[in-house]
Amino acid sequence: MSVSLALNVNGKPVSAEIDARTLLVDFLRNNLALTGTHVGCDTAQCGACTVHLDGQAVKACNVLALQANGRAVVTIEGLAAEDGALHPMQAAFRACHALQCGFCTPGMVMSAIDLVNRHPNADEATIRAELEGNICRCTGYHNIVKAVRQGAAEMGR
Amino acid sequence: MGANDSTGIASAIGQPVLRKEDARFLTGTGQFTDDVTMTRQTHAYFLRSPHAHATIRAIDVKKAKAAPGVVGVFTGADLTGVNGLPCGWLITGTDGKPMNEPPHPVLAQGKVRYVGDAVAIVVAESIDQAKDAAEQIEVDYDVLASVVSSVDALKPGAPQIHEQAPGNRCYTWALGDKAAVDAAFAKAAHVTKLDLVNNRLVPNAIEPRAALASWSRADDAYTLYVTSQNPHVERLLMTAFVLGLPEHKVRVIAPDVGGGFGSKIYLYPEETAMVWASKRVNRPIKWAAERSESFLSDAHGRDHVTHAELALDKDGKFLALRVQTTANMGAYLSTFASCIPTILYATLLAGQYTTPAIHCEVTAVFTNTAPVDAYRGAGRPEATYVVERIVHQAAVETGIAQDELRRRNFIREFPYQTPVALNYDIGNYDQTLDAANEMADVAGFAARKAEAKQRGKLRGLGYASYIEACGLAPSNIAGALGARAGLFEAGEVRVHPTGSVTVFTGSHSHGQGHETTFAQVVAARLGVPVDNVDVVHGDTGRVPFGMGTYGSRSLSVGGTAIVKALDKIIAKGKKIAAHLLEAAESDIEFHDGKFTVAGTDRSKTFGEVALTAYVPHNYPLDKLEPGLNETAFYDPTNFTYPAGTHICEVEVDPETGVVQVVAFTASDDFGNIINPMIVEGQVHGGVAQGIGQALLEHCVYDTSSGQLLTGSMMDYALPRADDMPAFQVDTKVTPCTHNPLGAKGCGEAGAIGSPAALMNAVLDALAPVGVTHLDMPASPHRVWKAIRQARPNA
Repeated sequence: MSVSLALNVNGKPVSAEIDARTLLVDFLRNNLALTGTHVGCDTAQCGACTVHLDGQAVKACNVLALQANGRAVVTIEGLAAEDGALHPMQAAFRACHALQCGFCTPGMVMSAIDLVNRHPNADEATIRAELEGNICRCTGYHNIVKAVRQGAAEMGR
Repeated sequence: MGANDSTGIASAIGQPVLRKEDARFLTGTGQFTDDVTMTRQTHAYFLRSPHAHATIRAIDVKKAKAAPGVVGVFTGADLTGVNGLPCGWLITGTDGKPMNEPPHPVLAQGKVRYVGDAVAIVVAESIDQAKDAAEQIEVDYDVLASVVSSVDALKPGAPQIHEQAPGNRCYTWALGDKAAVDAAFAKAAHVTKLDLVNNRLVPNAIEPRAALASWSRADDAYTLYVTSQNPHVERLLMTAFVLGLPEHKVRVIAPDVGGGFGSKIYLYPEETAMVWASKRVNRPIKWAAERSESFLSDAHGRDHVTHAELALDKDGKFLALRVQTTANMGAYLSTFASCIPTILYATLLAGQYTTPAIHCEVTAVFTNTAPVDAYRGAGRPEATYVVERIVHQAAVETGIAQDELRRRNFIREFPYQTPVALNYDIGNYDQTLDAANEMADVAGFAARKAEAKQRGKLRGLGYASYIEACGLAPSNIAGALGARAGLFEAGEVRVHPTGSVTVFTGSHSHGQGHETTFAQVVAARLGVPVDNVDVVHGDTGRVPFGMGTYGSRSLSVGGTAIVKALDKIIAKGKKIAAHLLEAAESDIEFHDGKFTVAGTDRSKTFGEVALTAYVPHNYPLDKLEPGLNETAFYDPTNFTYPAGTHICEVEVDPETGVVQVVAFTASDDFGNIINPMIVEGQVHGGVAQGIGQALLEHCVYDTSSGQLLTGSMMDYALPRADDMPAFQVDTKVTPCTHNPLGAKGCGEAGAIGSPAALMNAVLDALAPVGVTHLDMPASPHRVWKAIRQARPNA
């Protein structure tokens, strides 16, 4: 069943005719070629597909594209400024070597920003607990936790 | 933060240069296999066996072929002229016979042998149509009894999995002097005995395996994008051994790859079937594994059952070690499966110790489970687990302090020939043990333990002093041991006319940061900025050749190949500079990016020489070719031997069995370090995987049905941020003696030392309540049960 969809993605209006069962992650990747949002599991565990929906982190593999109708989606591609300047969280991930293979990274950064929005002064235990929904197999999380703290400090400036 | 955005000249070595690759990964512009899309692309779905063991009476694909959007359906019967997947290492058994090597069909041929065994490939316009069509395939299975445990598979009357492997035995193999070991045990003052299970793991790189195969009618050539750690090996095995295609007509590209940990080394059925089918359907075919497919069909790791005995004299000196291991190979031999529990396992049983006599016997067994192959550490974590668990137990039994017993047995003279074939070139095991002791504040442990007791918690401390053999290794020796491939690496350095550089390496980066580390090596050697060096990897169409990345070999072997190519660049540059400076070639020195006539201030910059090589107007054309582009192949003369001590501190809640890792310390010797930031990151990640194995991860098949019980991230516990402590890591340096970088490798050490350190800590914590044995993972249920069994009335 084909349905109409209109939403805002990374600050730009987007409309499309899609199959009603299309997942948001597949719409972003296949229809909009925004391949920075990744699919790492099929049980909403790994968080590699995390995007912001109206400013809140959601797992795009668990959201129908239709559920985003009329709403605003921000993906990893939409974080940096027009001039290419990285978002403070992106910059902190780089400065702290908080990524290795880079596959979980987009989802991790999107979750981290949401985490800081909700807990601007999160301590280490809070950061670790809040990142429970994002799995990284490379870093052991040590540098991710460091990056989130550094990114939080920069976002607070 | 102490890291630099970019750095110049010789100072590039040893600097925490921020990674070049991060820019694309942080902005969503990386290109992973599933991100690549081709015009007219179709989608593949693999129909897999729902049974652990069954004969296929018939397959009917008529309905599936007629289903909407279907482009092609192929089963094993269609793959005429296609061979089975090869195993890359021939092990010769104690009976003098080659291992039993049953066929490993690309798609099932008459029988399925594990849940997830690929039966058919369905190619359709969309993935949903491919899945819908697969449901229309009728497979008539005659279900057989199955066996999933290696120990059970060896029992008389066990279901027989392959005609070619009687008793389900792949081989029984041994290493070491049995008579010397028996003699040493006869005169031992104390013998420690231990039974150990090294739990089966599922690697779980966060990017699932994926492939995109296409065929071009224009030149009868194939292109395969695939999640591979070693695209040249993938191409060689696929073309020469399986599909019989001309190697030069197949281009394999491993673009950005989202982690591997061993699981992406191998040639798998899926991409092989897709390359074959891409010509049949004359359309590009895409496949990306769903995570549940990854659990079923990625090569698993570990799965050893071991009995070990250590003989000691009255002073705690190790006299001999005796080890018997049963290793689960799964249903088929994966690409390097046979060498993991032998060549990469038994050879490491000396550890850091002078144990003069060691004997190890390994029986490798087929079962109705997914193939088992190298997973981060590959044999060496299993060996370290045996050695460091039994040393821990021996210290407990003899009453000698853990660190003291290790010190009493450390190797201190190098080179050191072990009784299990390896020759350690250099090391300083006291140094890393002492540093770890200090960093972990072992002196303050008793007070922390007492304080924990006040809170009703049991606190424990565990050591693991590990060694590993990395940088695989001399091809001639590997060949004599059964390797069916060379183990060199290739590097090409292309200096452009303006003096910037592109490096083509056979190593493959899937998280290790080679684009930065290798650029630092080149920048330091040529005296050019890191930003002027780009590193290309993962493409058989661009890189001359390569053996790929595994076994922590990229810097020590791949990096050395680049250094050898750089030597050729500088040698040629000296000839050009000598001509320009009208001096003798022997008088030209090269430092800091300048060719200088010795003892003078007359010089030419690297850029001037590069330009002259490509604009050879004033050039010795009668003696020297233009251009500045050199390739080198490097074959190591020995393994490298990273080593160190890990100390784990845990707190156990005896009421719930929950183990909390409160501190983890690693002091490692990786030889010389190019980028300490990246090295620390590798250790963090390795340790997390080792803690994962010891605390959380456990791959379980149902013993009666052969079904995978831990088939998703909801059933298989991967480490999450709140399971991990902050790590304390530090490095000491004894430079490797036989490669010019002095590098040993750092990728696997974390996963090698940590499981034993953690389990030793848990057992130390549980000692006061009488628990003397526990197998991994130390899950709350297991720990709670062990406490209750030790103290039934508690």
